[in-house]
Amino acid sequence: MVDAREIQPEELTPLSTGAWILGAGGGGSPYYSYLNVREQYKTGKRINLIDPKTLGDNDLVAVVSSMGAPLVGQERLRDHDFAAKPVRMMEEYLGRKFDAVMALEIGGANALQPLMVATVTGLPIVDADAMGRAFPEAQMTSFAIGDLQMFPLCLADIRDNETIVARAASWKWMERISRKICTEVGSTAATCKAPRSGKEVKDWGILYTTTRAIDLGRVVEDARVSHEDPIKAALDHEGGVLLFKGKITDIDRRATEGFLRGSATIDGLDEDTGSEFRLEFQNEFAIGLRDGVPAATVPELICVMDTLSGEAIGTETLRYGQRVSIIALPADPILTSERGLQNVGPRAFGYDMEFESLFGAGETR
Amino acid sequence: MRRIGIDVGGTNTDAVLIEDDRVIAGVKSPTSEDVTSGVLRSLQDLIASLDDGPAHIDAAMIGTTHFTNAVVQRRDLKPVAAVRIGLPASASLPPFVDWPDDLAEVVNGGVYMIEGGHEYDGRPLVEFDAEAMRSAAREIAVSGVTSVGIASIFSPLTAECEEAAEAIVREECPGVDITLSHNLGRIGLLERENATLLNACIIDLARKTTRAFTDALRQSGIDAPLYMTQNDGTVMKADFAEEFPIYSFASGPTNSMRGAAFLTGLEDAIVVDVGGTTTDVGVLQAGFPRQANNVVEIGGVRTLFRMPDLLSVGLGGGSLIEANGSSIGPLSVGHRITTEALVFGGNTLTATDVAVAAGLVALGDGDAVNSLDPVLLDTAGDRIKAIVEEAVDRMKVDANPVPLIAVGGGAFLVPPDLPGVSEVIQVEHRGVANAVGAAIAQVSGEVDQVFSDIGRVAAIEAATEMAKQRTVQAGAEPETLIVVEVEDLPLAYVPGDALRVRVRVVGDTAAT
Repeated sequence: MVDAREIQPEELTPLSTGAWILGAGGGGSPYYSYLNVREQYKTGKRINLIDPKTLGDNDLVAVVSSMGAPLVGQERLRDHDFAAKPVRMMEEYLGRKFDAVMALEIGGANALQPLMVATVTGLPIVDADAMGRAFPEAQMTSFAIGDLQMFPLCLADIRDNETIVARAASWKWMERISRKICTEVGSTAATCKAPRSGKEVKDWGILYTTTRAIDLGRVVEDARVSHEDPIKAALDHEGGVLLFKGKITDIDRRATEGFLRGSATIDGLDEDTGSEFRLEFQNEFAIGLRDGVPAATVPELICVMDTLSGEAIGTETLRYGQRVSIIALPADPILTSERGLQNVGPRAFGYDMEFESLFGAGETR
Repeated sequence: MRRIGIDVGGTNTDAVLIEDDRVIAGVKSPTSEDVTSGVLRSLQDLIASLDDGPAHIDAAMIGTTHFTNAVVQRRDLKPVAAVRIGLPASASLPPFVDWPDDLAEVVNGGVYMIEGGHEYDGRPLVEFDAEAMRSAAREIAVSGVTSVGIASIFSPLTAECEEAAEAIVREECPGVDITLSHNLGRIGLLERENATLLNACIIDLARKTTRAFTDALRQSGIDAPLYMTQNDGTVMKADFAEEFPIYSFASGPTNSMRGAAFLTGLEDAIVVDVGGTTTDVGVLQAGFPRQANNVVEIGGVRTLFRMPDLLSVGLGGGSLIEANGSSIGPLSVGHRITTEALVFGGNTLTATDVAVAAGLVALGDGDAVNSLDPVLLDTAGDRIKAIVEEAVDRMKVDANPVPLIAVGGGAFLVPPDLPGVSEVIQVEHRGVANAVGAAIAQVSGEVDQVFSDIGRVAAIEAATEMAKQRTVQAGAEPETLIVVEVEDLPLAYVPGDALRVRVRVVGDTAAT
């Protein structure tokens, strides 16, 4: 028996705020997705959120995301009808209807992609994702770490170009091929990833992350309203670590192969006066160095927040002069497992260093 | 070098004359309904206070909250036809989607969504549908709407579609005002479009207001070029301001903070600007207002403009005081203070009355407050101190004591001792700091261009050099130039490491 509850209209902004923080700099601002869902709610649409543990083993779950560069997403805005398009393509291709829809990544705008799809299709959404944060590539999901099948994939473009990747030799091949298509259609596309069974979601999904995002967003928004410190509220709620407080003094961005790579330098303020922090990013913040010494690395979440408002700041919205707090949040144990680190550890991003957890071995939330 | 600075606020119109680094005279008079007569009276008062009359004025700079107030109070706004070019993309979030209902109701003069727009690399998204644009333009002509805002996807990279649309609208709707989004903003369709529509809805008011200023200047016998101050503390020529009033939205607070820096010679301080109804607290860093990090909302509409980071609290010279002094504001007698406060012969107990009774300032009839209960005065004084103290504390970034500059008509309300404050500075002309800030406003020059094949460092250097030249051409003294903004944005997938660079330079106005 599936355990479900209706997502309330007042949960939509906390979900956006929380998801933006969990994006660890990537995933793009959820604002436009939020607007889509809010507009749909205004017309009376409602969405059910289901407990993943109550999914039937043979239920069929659609895994959705919008792929591409966040910068492009600020001009070519998300659209609920467009989000649902690849899900319909997949149903047609499989000759079978989905039972539910879930997010590929809870970090950033994609946290709300299943909600957008749900307002069009009526499907319930699963309280889970496959990253527990945001990451740039297909092989960086818990499903890839679990070595599950990576095809088929449906990709829709706004101009009536529809592509199905019927087979791929590996998760990395799936990433290369789908990235190429996405780039060709303007670096933004709506996708429906390889479908998952209820059992696969229960075994390899990162569970209850929709609720995690809503709860995190709520404590930050509450702190803001009551003039308390939103950074402290987030840290207390998540069991996170404050890494640095300071002011951004330089940003260097390079767009390469569909990624926004670069670094930011932050000069310390308050207790960190006299120190310098350097963030290296590849869509998301990958490593943080305090005075040249590694202070945090992937897959643990390195999040940059506006010191006063607690609003998350993405790699593409970093700006000279911003007052920021840099925090680290724990990653799901699937990501920090040996197999997980092969896909999402520092070496997977080209950094020759070991992953050292800030939260102790075997830390679970 | 003599400059006149004027600040047209909701309550008062202030005017100052500055000669080189000195404030020669400053006057304050009530803002009039028609703007012109208030400005004229200020200028006449100012000239009357001078020995040599209006001779030798190099420039007149006006800052005003008129346009912001129009949007906030939803008055004098014109309906706007919103043209969005970019279908089939971005269809579910049309123009006005996240506007407050009451504002959208006034401003929304029709939404027209047209196929077209571009990709991030300059390729067309789909072909621009000129035919659909033409029939939309005809509908706009029939609708009688006289202001049009046009926004196209990725227009900051290529303005082709917006310019093509503008040409069609000009043919079909002669005489309408047109605002194109690429002139106003950066990447971020919805926010750039919002700025475009806001600009379009006040463009008519801006034209009337700017011309009223020009008339007032001429009638007072001043023969000097007129500038309008912008959000960033620099000025634009009045004819440019007519087209882009949105650039002057936050010039009020910017001017008062820049004025505070000028009057005290301090570069880093907290500025507390006490008006008739509210107090704005801001932070000066290196002589400029600290900017807000967040998305800035104007009248409830989201934009990407950079604005001073301000905290407003409901304390002003006209704030109402509860009978026992325990509660102050946010209700205020506002500009009626000159008739309603006890010291001005009225019957309402205001913060100004408390300040006069406590000996903080001499205003009106001091005898009128002689009989106030000393316990009430103490309680009210503590409450005022608590309000200022909390606001200052929230704006500070660290615990170290900082100097505080008190400005505005109600500056006397700021207590001399505050925790976390090294010194409370009250200076001459503090009441007209915003007009001073307008008078000292600088000239700016900007470059926003795509560079290829030369690398990031060389591209920024080239853009900076060009921006400096433009600033000097706009009238700046070459040795005073400062680079205030550098932003670079790589354009992926364009051969030759294309980089879009935006550089903004400011400098002091040179003598004419």
